[in-house]
Amino acid sequence: MNGLFAATSLSEFLSGLTLPFAGKLSPLWVLLTAALIHAVILINIFAILPLFYIWLERKVAGRIQDRLGPTRVGGKFGWLQTLADGIKLIQKEDLAPGAADRWIFRIAPYLAVIASFAAFIVLPFADGWVAVSLDVGVFIILALMSLEVLGIIFAGYSSGSKWALFGAMREAAQMVSYEIPMALCALVPLVTAGTLNFGEIGRMQAGLASNWLIFHDPFTFIAFFAYFTVATASVKRAPFDLAEAESELVAGFHTEYSGLRWSFFFMAEYASMFAVSGIAVLLFLGGWYTGVDAEAGLTSFRGWMPNFMVPGFTLGNYVVNLFGAKVFVLKACVLVFVQIWVRWTLPRLRIDQVMTTCLKYLVPISCVLFLGAILWPLLLASTLKRTTILEQAPPLGRVIVGDAARARPALPVVASSPQREAAE
Amino acid sequence: MTTDMLFWLFAALVCGGALGVVVTQNVVRMAFWLILSLGSVSALFFLLHADFLGAAQLLIYVGGTVVLLVFGVMLTASGPYMQIKTSAADGLLGACVGGLLLLVLVSTISAMDWSQLHPAGAESIAFTERPEGNTIRPLGLAFLGLRPDRPGDGFSVKPAPGYLLPFEIVSVHLLVVLVGAAYLARAKRRTHASDDSLSA
Repeated sequence: MNGLFAATSLSEFLSGLTLPFAGKLSPLWVLLTAALIHAVILINIFAILPLFYIWLERKVAGRIQDRLGPTRVGGKFGWLQTLADGIKLIQKEDLAPGAADRWIFRIAPYLAVIASFAAFIVLPFADGWVAVSLDVGVFIILALMSLEVLGIIFAGYSSGSKWALFGAMREAAQMVSYEIPMALCALVPLVTAGTLNFGEIGRMQAGLASNWLIFHDPFTFIAFFAYFTVATASVKRAPFDLAEAESELVAGFHTEYSGLRWSFFFMAEYASMFAVSGIAVLLFLGGWYTGVDAEAGLTSFRGWMPNFMVPGFTLGNYVVNLFGAKVFVLKACVLVFVQIWVRWTLPRLRIDQVMTTCLKYLVPISCVLFLGAILWPLLLASTLKRTTILEQAPPLGRVIVGDAARARPALPVVASSPQREAAE
Repeated sequence: MTTDMLFWLFAALVCGGALGVVVTQNVVRMAFWLILSLGSVSALFFLLHADFLGAAQLLIYVGGTVVLLVFGVMLTASGPYMQIKTSAADGLLGACVGGLLLLVLVSTISAMDWSQLHPAGAESIAFTERPEGNTIRPLGLAFLGLRPDRPGDGFSVKPAPGYLLPFEIVSVHLLVVLVGAAYLARAKRRTHASDDSLSA
């Protein structure tokens, strides 16, 4: 848990740190400070990403429609346009319509934002850079992201408007059906990886791009595209943005919202776009590794300036992880760019087409992919006498043997994280 | 100490949310309180290091609330904001059943000798064994019949029959029920449609 500085976890870093006046921190303060630092970093990432993406969306939309997009606020490229919009939105009056169920109307945007933010808690940005590293990482992130829809439905229902209610009902129908192919598509690389821990899945894809799970077998390759389609639908982006469908429903579920509460929905939407792209990067596209094995050249650098400030913390390791985090964010941003590109290129589907796409095409496709991913190692084992095309240790066997080795002397256990054991 | 504070916070939220569900008359507000209560239950699971159970609680119960809410609104609503009013007799009956259940639970819990689970000097076994609460691999291995958590029942021993077959049987049953329900609902609508076309 709390593995922020990779070489040592943040709590260990703080407990080893000797302050000039206060001396050593007590364990309670270490825990609280570590939690606070994680929360502050994550909230900043969560708030700044939408700021950038909304600017990018306008710029890309402008270019695709042969316009310039924002050009004035903050210099030639309109960098500060979103910030200016944000300041404008804060100044707006906080209105609730007379027909609304005010109490739920006011709570709904927070529900959407909290659910979207919670996904960032288990999303790793580099090797060990994750607020909470759990063995059920993938499962819990899918569970958390499916909760964002609650805020949308509450917003639509409580608005007291037919447009908003229609938007909410469409969103509910869409979400309930798209959850199934999303989980099935995420299962395909997980079958190969043999673990649900994001950290282990990421480390499995170190080295050249041929180690990335998308290139592992034909089923994971197709599963990536299926997952990306379903993920686009699950964050209600065009061509699946039936919940807001401006041409039919005014603005769908957020028709009655204005000001800061309205902007919360957009913050949640753009942050979720990053989160689903981040999941795609981790599950298919090599996580925080460059794919050209640049990390091998940096290995010697990892030992640079050991025991910096506290024993066990290596500055070189930290810098390498910072590089990894940048690679991860860049990859995720490319996928977000594709989502924006698709939105401004393809027309919106009708609601029946959306449901047909999911139930008649994506669900069978993902079921076939899942079955194929299970049968693929058996096929290889019977023909090539090994479970992967390239020479690799079979992950599942490694996991069980590793677990057995860990479980054997487990009873008088030292509190050591399995993540670092795996790294050793 | 922090764990204790968090436990009391989430326990209060569980109970408060549950009370909210009972007291509120608006269906959608009930759903909100239900989400609060069920979400706090999953937080309690996380505090106990049962992270798989907590995630499953979030996905199935909190996520399932949406479906419940949508069907509640779609199938029962006649006006804009659905109200459910319970009569005094129903309330009394419900209070009796709930009170009896509470009585059973409290008497069972107080009759149990908890000191056996927490022998003096040793922490709870679950905590010392898996400080990170990474329960998913032991769960998966138990499904296959391997129990590394049981002393003397580890890997060298022949695997016991796991839970995989019962689990599969149950899930196939559920699938059959779902398909059957969909078939029945569809068949009824079809006969109506043909009746209409005949009369027309």
